[in-house]
Amino acid sequence: MSSEAKKALFEPLVANNPIALQILGICSALAVTTQLSVALIMCLALTSVTAFSNLSISLVRNHVPSSIRIIVQMTIIASLVIVVDQILKAFAYEVSKQLAVFVGLIITNCIVMGRAEAYAMKNGPWNSFLDGIGNGLGYSVILIIVGTVRELLGSGSLLGYQILSPVSEGGWYVPNGLMLLAPSAFIIIGLTIWAIRSFYPEQVEKPDFEMQNAHNTSAHGSTGGAH
Amino acid sequence: MDLLSLAVKSIFIENLALSFFFGMCTFLAVSKKIETAFGLGCAVFVVLAITVPINNLIYQNLLQEGALAWAGLPNVDLSFLGLISYIGVIAALVQILEMFLDRFVPALYSALGIFLPLITVNCAILGASLFMVERDYTFTESVVYGAGSGVGWALAICALAGIREKLKYSDVPDGLEGLGITFITVGLMALGFLAFSGIQL
Repeated sequence: MSSEAKKALFEPLVANNPIALQILGICSALAVTTQLSVALIMCLALTSVTAFSNLSISLVRNHVPSSIRIIVQMTIIASLVIVVDQILKAFAYEVSKQLAVFVGLIITNCIVMGRAEAYAMKNGPWNSFLDGIGNGLGYSVILIIVGTVRELLGSGSLLGYQILSPVSEGGWYVPNGLMLLAPSAFIIIGLTIWAIRSFYPEQVEKPDFEMQNAHNTSAHGSTGGAH
Repeated sequence: MDLLSLAVKSIFIENLALSFFFGMCTFLAVSKKIETAFGLGCAVFVVLAITVPINNLIYQNLLQEGALAWAGLPNVDLSFLGLISYIGVIAALVQILEMFLDRFVPALYSALGIFLPLITVNCAILGASLFMVERDYTFTESVVYGAGSGVGWALAICALAGIREKLKYSDVPDGLEGLGITFITVGLMALGFLAFSGIQL
């Protein structure tokens, strides 16, 4: 595998994660993570849509005039999502009921559009396909982390198997109901971003507003200019 | 009375941004200043209030099972074409709205600027249409639901922008600066909005 292909596949996993760094595709990442199994199906759906939309858009990229490229991309993505939606309804009806509108929302998921626009329009089919898989997996990493934490702490189970025995069945664990509600997902992702940025300090954003250092003179010598 | 209850439900209790996470990408990216947040909120409101009823008409009269009876095709079910039709309607409508505003209300057009085209890929718009189909709203209900969701979304983004304008003066840990602390702020806001749940009218 060439270095370019490797980069396309592995960089989005942590170092250039679509959710944590590029702020793409957060909407669905938060809503379907109360159960790990549902989150896994969602990851699979999104990864396949991103990979195949990147592949097909890269194949037609030289034949599409740039003024109508958005609508062409939109049509390709919407058709792929319809295929995924119909497959889920046919073979995993229960899960498709739980995912409800979120499969349809893959169309407006910024990761798919963003990668089509930023990568597939400029690169060959094979690398674009790998880039799609890589970004899908980067999205999956965050979803799996959030899903694991929420299901484990919220209902004491993982993938439906009971890990921490809850009080209601004579065990010791008091399930934290907050984990199953919307706000916990935001806080878990916020903390995940903190963890990633502690390992990759170059991702840290500059604050818009710098505090005056006037009173910190003991630590840094007399560099403060406020006197 | 039902309509009032639906409006309150769509604005506060089932706020699209804070309890379904719709439109999060723009919600986080365009909430640094109250002015721009308000402009985007207005644009989302207008588009939602128009597209949800239009998609309702399309679903009821063209796509639903048996909806084509007026054309002599009572057994046709086109609901699998839903996704592509809704997104088509949204993209076309945003384009028309942009041209209309440019021609007749240039002041508002320049105020909204880049946000108008961005709305096409805002999940809140498509999400509201999909919820409308899933919950089988009638035409009147879909008008109220579309407008209510728009108000709710605008309210949420203005509130977040207000908090972030103050937040920039605080000393946040390095790794949490920017995106991280915004996520946690939104989490706490969502917690606040949970207080509305259980309100019955």
